Amino acid sequence: MEGALTNCMLTTKDFVSNQQVKWCPGCGDYAVLNAVQKTLVDLQIPKENAVFVSGIGCSSRFPYYMATYGFHTIHGRAAAIASGLKLANPALSVWVISGDGDSLAIGGNHFIHVIRRNLDLNLILFNNEIYGLTKGQSSPTTKKGQVTKSAPHGTIENPFIPGELALGAGAHFYARVPDTNVKLMTQVMLEAEKHRGFSLVEVLQNCVIFNDDVHAAITGKDSKADNQLILEQGKPMLFGKEMNKGIRLNGLRLEVVTLGENGISEKDILVHDAYCADPTLHAMLTRMKLPDFPVAMGIIRNTTSEVYNDLFHGQIENEKKKSEFKSLDDLFHSGNVFHVN
Amino acid sequence: MSKTVALESVVIKFAGDSGDGMQLAGTLFTDTAANLGSQIATFPDFPSEIRAPQGTVAGVSGFQINFGRSGVHSPGDSPNVLVAMNPAALKANLTNLKPACTIILDGDTFTKKEWEKAGFLVNPLEDNSLDDYKVIVAPITSLTKTNLADLGLDNKATDRCKNMFALGMIYWLFNLPTDQTVDFYKLKFGKKPIILEANIRALNAGINYGEIVQANTSSYTVLPADTLTGSYRNITGNQATAWGFMAAAAKVKRDLFLGTYPITPATDILHELSKHKWSGVKIFQAEDEIAGICSAIGASYGGNIAITTTSGPGMALKTEAIGLAVMTELPIVIVNVQRGGPSTGLPTKTEQSDLAEAIYGRPGDSPLVVIAASTPANCFDWAFEAVRIAVEHVTPVILLSESYIANGAEPWRIKKIQDLPEIKIDPVPADGSWQPYARNPLKKSRAWVTPGMKGYEHRIGGLEKESGSGNVSYAPKNHAEMCELRRQKIEKVADFIPLQRYKGKLEKKLLIVGWGGQFGILYGAVSELQKQGKDIAFTHFNYIVPLPKNTAEIFAKFETILVCELNNGQFADYLRAELPQFSYLQFNKMEGQPFTIEELIKKFNHVLADK
Repeated sequence: MEGALTNCMLTTKDFVSNQQVKWCPGCGDYAVLNAVQKTLVDLQIPKENAVFVSGIGCSSRFPYYMATYGFHTIHGRAAAIASGLKLANPALSVWVISGDGDSLAIGGNHFIHVIRRNLDLNLILFNNEIYGLTKGQSSPTTKKGQVTKSAPHGTIENPFIPGELALGAGAHFYARVPDTNVKLMTQVMLEAEKHRGFSLVEVLQNCVIFNDDVHAAITGKDSKADNQLILEQGKPMLFGKEMNKGIRLNGLRLEVVTLGENGISEKDILVHDAYCADPTLHAMLTRMKLPDFPVAMGIIRNTTSEVYNDLFHGQIENEKKKSEFKSLDDLFHSGNVFHVN
Repeated sequence: MSKTVALESVVIKFAGDSGDGMQLAGTLFTDTAANLGSQIATFPDFPSEIRAPQGTVAGVSGFQINFGRSGVHSPGDSPNVLVAMNPAALKANLTNLKPACTIILDGDTFTKKEWEKAGFLVNPLEDNSLDDYKVIVAPITSLTKTNLADLGLDNKATDRCKNMFALGMIYWLFNLPTDQTVDFYKLKFGKKPIILEANIRALNAGINYGEIVQANTSSYTVLPADTLTGSYRNITGNQATAWGFMAAAAKVKRDLFLGTYPITPATDILHELSKHKWSGVKIFQAEDEIAGICSAIGASYGGNIAITTTSGPGMALKTEAIGLAVMTELPIVIVNVQRGGPSTGLPTKTEQSDLAEAIYGRPGDSPLVVIAASTPANCFDWAFEAVRIAVEHVTPVILLSESYIANGAEPWRIKKIQDLPEIKIDPVPADGSWQPYARNPLKKSRAWVTPGMKGYEHRIGGLEKESGSGNVSYAPKNHAEMCELRRQKIEKVADFIPLQRYKGKLEKKLLIVGWGGQFGILYGAVSELQKQGKDIAFTHFNYIVPLPKNTAEIFAKFETILVCELNNGQFADYLRAELPQFSYLQFNKMEGQPFTIEELIKKFNHVLADK
């Protein structure tokens, strides 16, 4: 019986819950759901060992659509709740589902601290640059000047670059993917889950209702080749329809160059190293934006460091070995104890 | 030859600058007294500034201890002996002194500059204003210096030993042995022999000074207490709370998880638990109060015994997450060690003014269990009980403590883990009948299913749940049903707690009602009047929500009910709402200080005379 069960491979179907998916038709969230389900199948993670913890927002309905364990929590707090869950049971594969409002506004504090600690969680940040569930207010990633329901005269706030914030907080795994590239998304999710420590996957996600085509310049059929740099480990940073444009380091700045022009050849082009401990170049890649640069996609940073939950449980195990106390009764009777007869 | 007088009980207060080591002197004295089998109760009273300006009344730190053979139910009202290390310490305590009280002063500190800084217009040692008291002026600073002169310590290190000189004088005054204190220093400064020597010399110098110079003053002996046989140790409320949680987790055989953020006066629970990782306790110092409780909710979802600790301002921040725990019906204990409020209020002072917040303070109809500890030592039992209720009834529980008992200490009769009651988690049905929101028929609680359990995969969350299936539901009738089920679940806890008791036999006139940490003082005041034959009884509540089932039965026996609490009448208002058939008189105090027995007796006599 046991053997039969173990041999039974999990398929995507096993991860689809019985709940009707209620995202708007055309919403970018569907692509993420598919990619995550594929990832769990690829890794054959038992259903009972995967937990999706979400905050509040459209994307945060995600756990209801997964046939695993799931916890739809409160606005901004998913990372904190997931932290406690992972520390309670480190054997679980814990995924935090969050949006730009959830993680970068109301939950900003938990976002930077969960990264700082390097707890072994995966956080998928659905970045649609708008508050969707509350119907169209500016978010911390809304572009400056954009007109929204809460900023009818244009927002006067500077947006966060989520990856820059994450790297500043000490992130060891950061990837960015558009919701239009399920193949890349699945590859990235797979690496995020395999990475020991905190993994951040930012999905440039389209909100068809309140911020339609917000990422169109990046993801459009005709523009994506010129406007996306898809990073691959150990490969030169080439992009463009003809793959003849590349990124070169000029002094302390990046610049776009064209192969064959001004004597530029492939050896002048930067080679991507997501494993590089120094985050300087990763941060520069993260900050690249249109129209001067393509937007960097794929795994920008993937380094290893001490993992919080390992240290956390390591201290406990160490203390268990070292302690003079073997039971609470020992503790209660230690020190100044007096007897009344 | 000096005379020795035997006493039933004595109140001593050590007072000095925040940096004078008064808390340490008080704690060491407490250990000595407790070791001799005395009943004890202590009350540290200190400013929230770490070091307020030296020599000012604002910077005075005090430690009061009541010790004796019997009748020690509280740290006592006013001291029989005051140790004042400077004019400010004298000034801060003068209004609370009774005639014939003994005052030990450091005469070296009564310089014009110092008594002026303390707010005296003339030197109190020279204007006869202390004539009602027995004043012992000892040159504590200079004698400490002389005695330690050859040790080569700097002034600062020498001054740090003054508290031991003062403690030595107290040991002399009460004929107490120094072994306990000497052992403490040997353990602490074993590797710093000079510091060890300095402290012990100062201690002995204080004793010698008493014997030689003050030989004409009576010294006292406090008779040993008639206490239950057994092993005892001193314990503060916060330490007992921490240990109660560890004991409960050991009993359930699950890991204990504390998710918390530092806040006075709750932080010592974090400090205590942090020492005991050997027992498997998981400590998560979160980035804020919200993450403190949220991590605990996550840990509870993951199957740990999850607690979070805080005080008033932190409670406010945790409110939304408590609502999530109510909605998702996860077991969690929220400890609120109350301090004076609102807002930052009085961080180091005591109050009971977060009761209404605990009972009602959440959006939505959001019922949960509220219980309160009532003495430093029984914080152990109430922490244990909080976990029992949380996991057996699968609900958040708020455990109220208060600064007064959290920092106060008393002897705790050590319990054995095997003697503690069993805590039984409901088994999860294995026959396929399980649903996430199916309920135990007697308790109306759902089963506690945690990720990792194969075949039980399900989703929970803050959105309203369909009864049974736990799927998201906006159906009107379903919401009504779920609100009712959540209410019933808490109400049903009353079937699983002991009945309320009261102190009294034939009395029928006046019932004193108290709750939480003011137990000892109320008990002391009522006992005193009962001894005098007054028609007065006393009942004290630890279970607040739900109330014990026989509460109305007890109330009905009395003509008058007087509810005493350190707030503006929050428990009285709650009783009015729950048991409106009775009328309630109130006695309230909002000074950041506990009740005094004297003011209670005065009030009780007044009410008795009116009736």
